Amino acid sequence: MSAILTVWWKEIRENLRDKRTVMSALIYAPLFGPIMFVVLINVQINREMAKAEGPLKVPVIGAQYAPNLIAALKRQGLEPQPAIAEPENAVRHRDTDVVLRIPASYGNAWNTGEPAQVELIYDASQMGTDTARERLQNMLKRYVSEQGALRLLARGISPAIATPVVVSERDQSTPQSRAGLLFGFLPYFFVIAIYIGGMYLAIDLTAGERERQSLEPLFANPVARSSILLGKLAAIGVFSFISLLLCVIGFSIAGHFMPSEKLGMSFDLGAAFVGQALLLELPLLALFAVGQTLIAAFAKTYREAQTYLGFLMILPAVPSMLMSFMPVKPAPWMYAVPLLGQQLGVSQLLRGGSVGMSEIGIALVCGFAVAFLIGLLTAQVYRSERLAISV
Amino acid sequence: MIEVRNLRKSFGEVKAVDGVSFTARDGEITGLLGPNGAGKTTTLRMLYTLMKPDAGQVLVDGIDTVVEPVAVRRTLGVLPDARGLYKRLTARENIEYFAQLHGVETALMQQRREKLVDALEMRDILDRRTEGFSQGQRVKTAIARALVHDPKNVILDEPTNGLDVMSTRSMRAFLKAMKAEGRCVLFSSHIMQEVAALCDRIVVIAHGRVVADETPDALRAQTGETNLEDAFVKIIGSEEGLAA
Repeated sequence: MSAILTVWWKEIRENLRDKRTVMSALIYAPLFGPIMFVVLINVQINREMAKAEGPLKVPVIGAQYAPNLIAALKRQGLEPQPAIAEPENAVRHRDTDVVLRIPASYGNAWNTGEPAQVELIYDASQMGTDTARERLQNMLKRYVSEQGALRLLARGISPAIATPVVVSERDQSTPQSRAGLLFGFLPYFFVIAIYIGGMYLAIDLTAGERERQSLEPLFANPVARSSILLGKLAAIGVFSFISLLLCVIGFSIAGHFMPSEKLGMSFDLGAAFVGQALLLELPLLALFAVGQTLIAAFAKTYREAQTYLGFLMILPAVPSMLMSFMPVKPAPWMYAVPLLGQQLGVSQLLRGGSVGMSEIGIALVCGFAVAFLIGLLTAQVYRSERLAISV
Repeated sequence: MIEVRNLRKSFGEVKAVDGVSFTARDGEITGLLGPNGAGKTTTLRMLYTLMKPDAGQVLVDGIDTVVEPVAVRRTLGVLPDARGLYKRLTARENIEYFAQLHGVETALMQQRREKLVDALEMRDILDRRTEGFSQGQRVKTAIARALVHDPKNVILDEPTNGLDVMSTRSMRAFLKAMKAEGRCVLFSSHIMQEVAALCDRIVVIAHGRVVADETPDALRAQTGETNLEDAFVKIIGSEEGLAA
């Protein structure tokens, strides 16, 4: 036991003296997520808000053919802009989000009671143009239904006759569950904080020691290799835990800087969330520590291990990506799958739902069981003769 | 005391150690001499339990290295071929780390450390981080680290490799002092002068086999050469890999 502690403390002390490890494990890895999140979301929201509330500026071609229509749209907040020559190209190159074109035949059709046509020109594949298009569409719909109702009234018919069905929408999302949608990628940041937090230590403690040829003298001490391994794993665990803790607290603080009232969303990233999220992620600390050490044990140099582990960083992203491409209904068994369980659980917590003790229990037991099995494999590799021999 | 009996170790097709036997006694310095690639390092690695022999037996103070490797390591002080200091720790911290792994009490450890620091003349580098140490400073630190638990048996792989003349001389004095303390000192070298100057017994290894196991005088008599260098060349059968 004291040998494990000795190894553990030496690894922590030695790595706290390494700038690169400290920077990446305790600053870059945990805080990158929350900072990027606050900045990006604020920029995005302010832009969307400006679009949704300000006057809508849309180039109008042929405004002179439909003065009444334009006047009605102006009352709803449209600011018609001068006509432009090639509207199709303009929207394709994003010179403008949407263009309204009124053909010369508009007046004739209106007067004869035929449906008069107007054209909306836009490019749906351009990001962020939806707001302008939808606003213009809604303005047009309102004008159409008003005019339709007026025509029916003029013929002595109740406008209700043209509305056989009224759809009332009852959105069951809560301000918090809408926020969960926005925070969808947050579980991945937690996982990455654990992964990067421990990665540099895992590399240094096995591949790095091997490259610097210090494993051989270390193994000449009267300490079982399993004790040395346990001490090293514990040191990795401490670094990744601190990284995770900083990341969770970072997001908890970031929640206060979100313009949540503007969004009609609410965030509750308080102590209960922090506690439950940390508990859920615990098995990943062990899993990543043994997995990264196992891979580092196969690498002859620090750089080689860094390449492997950098490449494997996408692995924890798989559940997040799968869930965003094929939304699945959460089932209890999913908590038994490491990474998937954490993804589900943290998403659930973000949506303001609660995760039952039994689900957390399943995630903990199964996560630690998988970590234990990989740990046995890692211990096996640690016992091999060739591990200590660097050349 | 270290007894080596018919030790064998192969790496694939290569027989690195092919039936090595010798005994290193307490209060003596035993030199393992051989050209580069003769199997010295592999033999030593089996002695300090880093590798398991394919066949044969090693007894350290009567304890079998395969049966009780941890107990064997407790009685050994080892300077491996790979010195491998921790660069971000000071020399003092390097020494203390190994003392703790050996379970040495703090007070006792300090006392032994002070003795080693004086004997190795390394007080000026004690509180410097080992990054940027010269070869001599590295070896001194590694030896202090290996001996801080006061082992009865000392195994050193090429202890003077890369040292300048002054460091080599003080290293030799240090080995002699350990012998005087009654320890069993076993070291490997490919340098004849060194072995000749220090050893009570010389074990010559070539191609994984022991080709001679004698006192320096007996070796000269056996080969009929008055010069040790000529004696070695005669025994090994070639001049390849030996340095004067």
